[in-house]
Amino acid sequence: MTDHPAELHERRILGTELLWAFGVGVLIAATLSVIVFTALTRDINPPSNVERIDPKTLHLSGEFAEQNLGTTVTADGGVTVRVIATQFMFVPRCIAVPRQRRVTLRFATPDVVHGLLITGTNVNTMVVPGFVAQVHTEFPRSADLLMPCHEYCGLGHSEMWATVQVVPEDDFKPDQDGRVSCAQR
Amino acid sequence: MRNAERLCLAHFCVAFAAFLGAAMLGAWQMWVRSPLGANIGTPGQYFMSVTAHGVAMAYVLSTFFIMGFGYFVAVTALGRPLPGKVWAWAAFWMAVLGVVMALVPILLGQASVLFTFYPPLTASPWFYIGLVLVVAGSWVWCVLMLVAMRAWKRENPGQPVPLAMFGTVANAVMWLWTTVGVAVELVFQVIPASFGLVQTVDAGLARTLFSWTLHAIVYFWLIPAYIAFYTMVPRAAGGRLYSDTMGRVTFILFLIYSLPVGMHHLMMDPQHGNGWKFIQVLLTAFVTVPTLLTIFTISASLEIAGRLRGGRGLFGWIAALPWERPTVLAAGLAFVMLGFGGFGGLINMGYGMNAMVHNTSWVTAHFHLIFGGSVVIMYFAIAYEVWPRLAGREHPSPAPLRLQLWLWFLGMMVMTLPWHWLGLQGQWRRVANFNYADPIIAGWGPLVVVSLGGGLVLLASALLFVRNLAVLHRSPVPTLQRPLYALAVHPPQRVPAALNGFGLWNVLVLILMLLAYGYPLAQFVIAPSPAAMVHRVN
Repeated sequence: MTDHPAELHERRILGTELLWAFGVGVLIAATLSVIVFTALTRDINPPSNVERIDPKTLHLSGEFAEQNLGTTVTADGGVTVRVIATQFMFVPRCIAVPRQRRVTLRFATPDVVHGLLITGTNVNTMVVPGFVAQVHTEFPRSADLLMPCHEYCGLGHSEMWATVQVVPEDDFKPDQDGRVSCAQR
Repeated sequence: MRNAERLCLAHFCVAFAAFLGAAMLGAWQMWVRSPLGANIGTPGQYFMSVTAHGVAMAYVLSTFFIMGFGYFVAVTALGRPLPGKVWAWAAFWMAVLGVVMALVPILLGQASVLFTFYPPLTASPWFYIGLVLVVAGSWVWCVLMLVAMRAWKRENPGQPVPLAMFGTVANAVMWLWTTVGVAVELVFQVIPASFGLVQTVDAGLARTLFSWTLHAIVYFWLIPAYIAFYTMVPRAAGGRLYSDTMGRVTFILFLIYSLPVGMHHLMMDPQHGNGWKFIQVLLTAFVTVPTLLTIFTISASLEIAGRLRGGRGLFGWIAALPWERPTVLAAGLAFVMLGFGGFGGLINMGYGMNAMVHNTSWVTAHFHLIFGGSVVIMYFAIAYEVWPRLAGREHPSPAPLRLQLWLWFLGMMVMTLPWHWLGLQGQWRRVANFNYADPIIAGWGPLVVVSLGGGLVLLASALLFVRNLAVLHRSPVPTLQRPLYALAVHPPQRVPAALNGFGLWNVLVLILMLLAYGYPLAQFVIAPSPAAMVHRVN
């Protein structure tokens, strides 16, 4: 094998490969840097609160009992929404949230694995029995958004969805218990 | 050798029969999800179909094709008879029995849990046991691949294992590691629940175990395509492999990095902390390395071929390549789909960015492009190269082969590009029928119809593929004796032991798996999460 053109000599081949590998290394370093930078400075992380809850009893008492579901505004102004995902609906079926204000969404399931997203936003989480799924977000625009179950949960999966009403601050009025329900339209 | 040829053909026939059925189901699913087919079919039929499509494509097509191709490589690349042929046939029939065992409950509607299971949903136990038999058959294949390589090494001391076989054994070793997760999930959690022996399942643990398998299984499907890139495509193009060493490094990197990354499928799950998720994102970033190295090496190999054929200038060698040859054409189309699919994959692995696309059509588009696109089109190319050698007959004409490959590429692009866009709009997955009366969903209608068009082109291509093989099988043209595997520019004389075996790398896999999955799995033992009640679908 002595008749190779210069660019196919063994050392030349190794040189091009090392150069390419260096480029690959730079690409990976850049990608990971962006991920770390946004995670640390903009708090862009996956929803991962690792908070246990018993699926067999969560509906009996505590925050996921029926009377506590939906949107609640606490005395300090924090907005928390609690929703149960169950075969094959969300309870409640409609949630009201204020525009341009930090909202905490908390989900739990008494039965099987569910998941959800809210169209047009980055809200996305799995709802796994045994754990509370929690997402913090801010809704920038007033709109009616879809919140479907996006994980197969049984034959009725396609019918499982809820509505998110994002309302302007002026229309977001808690009652005396600090609770807000969807407007009837 | 006749017996080995029949063995390979038997595997390919099962693989492609499953493929054809699954392609038909896929087209039907797209029809009923679209505005044109709204209100056709029940959810029961739809999810039965999705389960059958996923099982047939992901478990039957892939496993049987890879086993058949592995036996072919072991005989042809090593140039020695296959050891343990009786075991190979026994494994084949066990896996066939497993397929039938799984298929019956699926078709009876007793196993509509999709190919990813979702416990605490629980199907007929025979569905899971059938799939375990398929996996057990593939384990026999893994052992036979290791035995064949050992025997060859004994007969050829100090010689480098031929690259095609090195890649095949890398895949076998990786597959043994890969299947541990799903096997533990099925044997210790799901099958006892399906028999009614236990009433609850730890869903978080089950998801974690499945994630162990879920990413590496994709590389199990992919590696035969890469073996073809390194060993068949340069030869088909009339050139040489740029670097044999790079091929070995690539297969070793796949073995190491395919496994400790599965948790990126659980990025949106509540049962794992951000630190563990981030460690696996970090490792996932490294799994891009073997693919990026391959793109370089194969492009360089093709450039050699193009220049030998008189191509000039920076890009002139591309036009000079023999694109009329099906294997070269398939590789070119596979690279384009790998590019789009790989880019989508970078978004999926992007930690926080995953929230934009998780469980949307974007993900469906991603894995259809990578597996259904790049990998399956290379399965076609391999079948077109290998089948004539097995059947002793030659394709009467390459034109229908090229047409079939082009249709597959065009269909896949037309189907998946709209899916990417719809995914970004929030179109979610696993839906039997959309409510097109909703204003948000109505806006998606036209793109769903476009993607359905792509799906129908794919079905046409699948039918043409089977027709091409049938024509080949009755072809009067005897096969031409021609070499299959490419020589490297500098064929290796001696390679370091680390690049000629897997002992060292298994230790590294173990360390990385302990790092990545040690605590995330141990947490379910240290502090068990509250278990979920079993929900039967049968």
